[in-house]
Amino acid sequence: MVKKALTSIHDLFNKYIMCFIKGDLSTRLSGLIMGFGMFTRGQIIKGLAYLFFQITFILFMIIRGLDYIIGLQTLGTVGQTRIFDEVRGIYVVYPGDNSMLMLLFGVATIFVVISFFLVYLSNLKTCYANQVSINNGIRPRNFRQEIDFYLNEKYHVTILTIPVIGTFMFTILPLIFMILIAFTNFDKNHQPPGNLFTWVGFNNFKDALWNDPLKSTTFFGLLIWTLVWAVLATALNYILGMILALMINKKGIKLKKFWRTIFVITIAVPQFVSLLLMSQLLADQGTLNVILRQLGFVKDFFPFLSNGDVAKFTVIIVNLWVGVPYSMLITSGILMNIPVDLYESAKIDGANARVQFMKITLPYMLFVTGPYLITQFIGNINNFNVIYLLTGGGPLTLNYYQAGKTDLLVTWLYKLTVNEQNYSLASTIGIFIFLLSAFFSLLVYNKTSSAKKEDEFQ
Amino acid sequence: MKNMRTQERIANGFIHSILGILSFVWILPIFWLVLISFRKEPGSYTSYILPKSYTFDNYIKLFTDTSLFNYPRWFLNTLIVAICTAAVSTILVLMTSYALSRLRFKMRKPMMNIALILGMFPGFMAMIAIYHILKSFGLTQTLFALVLVYSGGAAMGYYISKGFFDTIPKAIDESAMLDGANKNTIFWKITLPLSKPIVIYTILMSFMGPWMDFIFVSVIMKDNYQNYTVALGLYRMLSRENIFMYFTRFAAGAVLIAIPISILFIYMQKFYVSGITGGSTKG
Repeated sequence: MVKKALTSIHDLFNKYIMCFIKGDLSTRLSGLIMGFGMFTRGQIIKGLAYLFFQITFILFMIIRGLDYIIGLQTLGTVGQTRIFDEVRGIYVVYPGDNSMLMLLFGVATIFVVISFFLVYLSNLKTCYANQVSINNGIRPRNFRQEIDFYLNEKYHVTILTIPVIGTFMFTILPLIFMILIAFTNFDKNHQPPGNLFTWVGFNNFKDALWNDPLKSTTFFGLLIWTLVWAVLATALNYILGMILALMINKKGIKLKKFWRTIFVITIAVPQFVSLLLMSQLLADQGTLNVILRQLGFVKDFFPFLSNGDVAKFTVIIVNLWVGVPYSMLITSGILMNIPVDLYESAKIDGANARVQFMKITLPYMLFVTGPYLITQFIGNINNFNVIYLLTGGGPLTLNYYQAGKTDLLVTWLYKLTVNEQNYSLASTIGIFIFLLSAFFSLLVYNKTSSAKKEDEFQ
Repeated sequence: MKNMRTQERIANGFIHSILGILSFVWILPIFWLVLISFRKEPGSYTSYILPKSYTFDNYIKLFTDTSLFNYPRWFLNTLIVAICTAAVSTILVLMTSYALSRLRFKMRKPMMNIALILGMFPGFMAMIAIYHILKSFGLTQTLFALVLVYSGGAAMGYYISKGFFDTIPKAIDESAMLDGANKNTIFWKITLPLSKPIVIYTILMSFMGPWMDFIFVSVIMKDNYQNYTVALGLYRMLSRENIFMYFTRFAAGAVLIAIPISILFIYMQKFYVSGITGGSTKG
């Protein structure tokens, strides 16, 4: 893998160095003045665009960019200061360095440099290609032909530019920024613009894993609960959803569409509505406890959400309410595709319904819906809504750092970000969640071949 | 033989009654929500189950009493954001999935892998960074920022529509190419018209997003009540200091957005299913 990447980088450079060696004067000059080899060969507009890009880049680097990159090393040295202004008789606040903006702009600048480099290479390549095609007696594309070229052969560039920029701005850049935050001490006490934060290496990871007993207890406690939750929630939802689908689709059951619609309605109600409502319903003074009290089952109330162990049980049950209709919908389509003759021959062999389910239905379903199951599993590791809206992670406990007994790693991350402003620890947790998801995906990805067969299928 | 038939009938009767009980359990919270929305007495907890008296006031006040919670304004905000988001992200998603499904280029596989890896990070890990990016453009607390956030990274959700494009035979493209059509024409004039279900699905899915999300809005809007969306507004109604006064109104507001979303969802459930399972059944 690494070797392959290295050789491809090596090949890439070889190719561009060849452009220099074999290029004539104007090709070589375009290594200095971008677009030069396009002007001399009739591609005026394209050449201008490259030149414009180069000038903007150089100006940006001189005015701002270099400072941004240098700033990355320290993330700021001058804190905000208050100096007494004797003439006016007040404290004047002098803004210092803002570590967060320095990090953000620094990262952005690095990407600007990378993209400049890529454009620079494509400039060399185009100029050399122009030279070759003129030597062969073919005129380089004019502007009209260029547009046609980008609507056909190079259509992927045209069509992907905006999506890539969008993804970059709103997914990649923020993520890289947050990953870097995990290696700083950006927390409540190091909050820009008032204070500076700086690089601390792997300290946050050490804290979460062993250095800080409170944090590591929290981390491992929540990690175990996250895994238990994800396994139970995924498995129960899947199996019960499948049984529900089997019941609805069974021969001789009337009003199939009606049953299905009832369950689908519950999916369609936004989760923040249904789950907030459930949390009211299940609260200590909530309606369910009123009913139980009136029926004489409990004297005061049953702690559905206020006792840690009971609450864990409750969230799994409520999650069934949320998730079973989904898996019913998903599985019923596939259930109908199971070849009928499998069941017929099983019947002849005298298999009863239970054996049929265990020996035919379940293996078939597991085979077909394997990828779906793993996405569900990862979705449950990240199942923010159910936990946050239902229990808010509570009941709180002093054994945990800023977390409650039913908190998942994700809801802890959210709380650390929003309530605690402990961004560095939150980012660290985010990286751990990523590793967890990646581990399970890889496990399954190696076993499915659908990704490789993509082209054969078409 | 007769014995088996009666057995079958008993089994079916049994299943019918289970289905009846289950649907009762499943529909109960929703029924309860509707009941509360008509309840006259305020408060989140009552010591009785059925409301003592019923009223339409909760619905009417939602639209007339806008001093603290401006529901009509939020509804309009959400509608605007949802329409813009649906338009922008549908185009982004369809372009991306067409390119990844139909065009062959060097970066295709790497791009798909990158999208896969990015998808494994928890979604709102990046929200603080997004907030500051928007702030450095001076865009925070505006509806435009919300549209950007919801649709900016939309291309990552290319997977389902790519699966659909994969099923359109390539021969169609090839014959169009023989007639002199370029890739651009094929995309707009041939592939898209053939993909109506997935286009509708993508539009509706991205339209529904802003109605459900309350996390990104709360980070971006902070205390700018005027620019809240319905979801965040309703969520705020249940904060500790407001819940007693506004719980019944919350229920009314929730019913009002749940109805259109339910209709949309019931309408598109079959696209939803084929979208989710599409990738796996082919395997």
